[in-house]
Amino acid sequence: MSTVVDDIHHEEHHDHKPSGITRWLFTTNHKDIGSLYLWFSLIMFFIGGAMAMVIRAELFQPGLQLVEPNFFNQMTTVHGLIMVFGAVMPAFTGLANWMIPMMIGAPDMALPRMNNWSFWILPFGFAILLSSLFLEGGGPNFGWTFYAPLSTTYSNDSTALFVFSMHILGISSIMGAINVIVTIMNMRAPGMNYMKMPLFVWTWLITAFLLIAVMPVLAGAVTMVLTDKYFGTSFFDAAGGGDPVMFQHIFWFFGHPEVYIMILPSFGIISAIIPAFTRKRLFGYASMVYATASIAILSFLVWAHHMFTTGMPVFAELFFMYCTMLIAVPTGVKVFNWVATMWRGAMTFETPMLFALAFVILFTIGGFSGLMLAITPVDFQYHDTYFVVAHFHYVLVTGAVFSIMAAAYYWLPKWTGHMYDETLAKLHFWTSLISVNVLFFPMHFAGLAGMPRRIPDYSVQFADVNQITSIGGFAFGLSQLIFLWLAIKCVRGGEKAAAKPWEGAEGLEWTVPSPAPYHTFEKPPKVE
Amino acid sequence: MKMKPLLALLALFGFSAQAQNRLNLTEGVTDVSNRVYDLHMTIFYICCVIGVIVFGLMFISMIRHRKSKGREPAKFHESVKVEIAWTIIPFLILVGMAIPATSTLIAMEDTSDADVTVQITGSQWKWHYKYFEHEVEFFSRLATQQEQIQNKFEKSENYLLEVDNPLVIPTGKKVRFLVTSDDVIHSWWVPDFAVKKDANPGFINEAWTRVEEPGIYRGQCAELCGKDHGFMPVVVIAKEPAEYQKWVEETEAEQIAAREREQELLDMEMSMDELMAMGEKIYNSTCAACHQANGQGIPGTFPALAGSGVSVDPEARDQHIDIVVNGVQGTAMQAFGQQLSMQELAAVITYERNAWGNDTGDTVQAADINAVMNQ
Repeated sequence: MSTVVDDIHHEEHHDHKPSGITRWLFTTNHKDIGSLYLWFSLIMFFIGGAMAMVIRAELFQPGLQLVEPNFFNQMTTVHGLIMVFGAVMPAFTGLANWMIPMMIGAPDMALPRMNNWSFWILPFGFAILLSSLFLEGGGPNFGWTFYAPLSTTYSNDSTALFVFSMHILGISSIMGAINVIVTIMNMRAPGMNYMKMPLFVWTWLITAFLLIAVMPVLAGAVTMVLTDKYFGTSFFDAAGGGDPVMFQHIFWFFGHPEVYIMILPSFGIISAIIPAFTRKRLFGYASMVYATASIAILSFLVWAHHMFTTGMPVFAELFFMYCTMLIAVPTGVKVFNWVATMWRGAMTFETPMLFALAFVILFTIGGFSGLMLAITPVDFQYHDTYFVVAHFHYVLVTGAVFSIMAAAYYWLPKWTGHMYDETLAKLHFWTSLISVNVLFFPMHFAGLAGMPRRIPDYSVQFADVNQITSIGGFAFGLSQLIFLWLAIKCVRGGEKAAAKPWEGAEGLEWTVPSPAPYHTFEKPPKVE
Repeated sequence: MKMKPLLALLALFGFSAQAQNRLNLTEGVTDVSNRVYDLHMTIFYICCVIGVIVFGLMFISMIRHRKSKGREPAKFHESVKVEIAWTIIPFLILVGMAIPATSTLIAMEDTSDADVTVQITGSQWKWHYKYFEHEVEFFSRLATQQEQIQNKFEKSENYLLEVDNPLVIPTGKKVRFLVTSDDVIHSWWVPDFAVKKDANPGFINEAWTRVEEPGIYRGQCAELCGKDHGFMPVVVIAKEPAEYQKWVEETEAEQIAAREREQELLDMEMSMDELMAMGEKIYNSTCAACHQANGQGIPGTFPALAGSGVSVDPEARDQHIDIVVNGVQGTAMQAFGQQLSMQELAAVITYERNAWGNDTGDTVQAADINAVMNQ
């Protein structure tokens, strides 16, 4: 009961908030929880990044220098898991927490206590995952895709911890998604009808449905791995009537929508930033919404394009090839809309815009390699090579991560009340842009030349390409420290930010002061 | 003397061909691989054209439509005609791409009417080849020395892409591959054939190739299969049909003779020294990847043999043989009964029971192995 009384108390005194650690532990405030998510994801980004540095250091030269193959496999596995579930997804949830209530004119998320819980189980989930690295025999080493039977019969006992940790992350994501859906459906300010919502809200609404649809599938997959390993079931063991390829069908039925979960909110961010710095309305708002929805629907029909070499019937290969190629249509519509938005606008190039422009170009390059990978006969050559690694890092790093960076720069003034240091930010952008291409572009060549992924050592013909890639990797890793420094600096002080620091920015979040008060829109705004 | 410039020219050609392959997909040596390469280049060029148009417009806009040039933003924000156009046109381009892709794919998956059939079985971390038309089968393991991997020796030209027993196939014939696995999922890949097929335990996948050019073709396992995934290459030698016929018949005769010899050896006793010397060699090539050269294993993953378990239990000699011959169900321990000869099995088990201070003093003879196998 006392918390209820406290809550009432808060509402009376606008900016009063509890202090100390309990503010963060017990918070039900969407802005606090958003900040927690964002800081958490930044920490995870650096932990996962450190693992990538280990990988790139080992691959700097042919031969085994620094780590054993078994540890190398743990690094690739945990790097992938952390970046997907620890860095990119929580960053988007953090942005959703901060921005969705302010964008739709709601006072908070619809389910604030669940919101607290969905964040606070995350650190425990990752503590379990990371602690498994210190077990005898090491942590998970079967790739983030944990194909059976490598993850069942042939894995070590850290698999149990991996499974529990995945369950916790899944529960957290599902709760976050429920909260987003309930908030958007019930708490929009009067006049904020669906077709007036900012695209970030739209893309997140669709993302949340994807999450609710597929996270339980992941939970099912890891549970079957657990029972196959420890309780004698044979879901994925042919000797007991199971099928290892069924694992891949189940995993990718989760996995493909999952990759759109990691890119749809980016589309929303870019669709906010490009109009703001072009001083021109977004071109084709309605078609953006329809394109996002079509991508989401198609994402359920393309999972087996990750499995062309598993020996599917020709008919299935053709079906999944055609569906995958179709995704290029709505994705193309989005890119064309962004370019049309820029066309005959009045552009300025502040850091959020720079990241957004880099996103459009580099994400499109990732889209091109995605289209190439969709062509089944050629995929037989690309599959499981560095070409795939290049492709998904283009869409995930220069796609999702760049959009998160763009979002951070765009909204930092709103969050902190200070302008970030534009010189440092530009330095961060240019070093990141150059190094990320030195890092990932040569991977296309390594893959085409025949270098398989997930190998700790390679034949000498790939030496040059790998050396360049590693140098790019170290430079990209170091560049991100600039962002850390800049973010801390911006939180602690800086030039005072206006309520609307960007001339062309649109949306309700810019109608409240900077920094946004602890409680906003207790009385709903009127949307024209 | 006349040969020298010619050789230099050949070397140069070889180098430039290699340099070209280092950045792009190989054209390969089969009709299918050529079609795949053409598809790859077509799609690549289409992407390039689209990229130039889209990025070009973007850059023009970024240069010309700046606020610093005093531009006033235009007011347009939709156009049904344009939006329909850029939905339909990409769709038509995609249909254009799908047609050749479909016909190539259907050709690739037609494994009927094969002249030669080879069963390929992956296991951690080697390939096994079994010819259907002849009594020929063998394992194919990485031939690169550990010292090269550990940077103690200089790396050879085909570092990590060389095996002890390459697969041999005839040129000009349709060769069908039946691909499966004994443990985890592997993937058999030879880029020059454009063949990559997963080896799934308990299931058999089909693929085929028809190589026109004799030569040595190298590939690797493409699916993460555990610790030594990076160390299980594929090497295929394509020989003229007559040469192939000669090779396969000779190999068949050798293998039949070896099996007969093995039966005779059952009555022979080997000395401890002979067993230990042979055993050490086999242990290092077959067992050390998991149990390590010092017998310590990898804690939590692969059990130690030194000073623990059946290898030091004087009562458990037959159990030890059973584990090595039949494997341990539900673990990474494979059945080596079919992989090694009885003599080799006897030697390696003797070695495990006496090396690293295990000192049980037991010797194991081929006859002991035979007894356990026929239990």
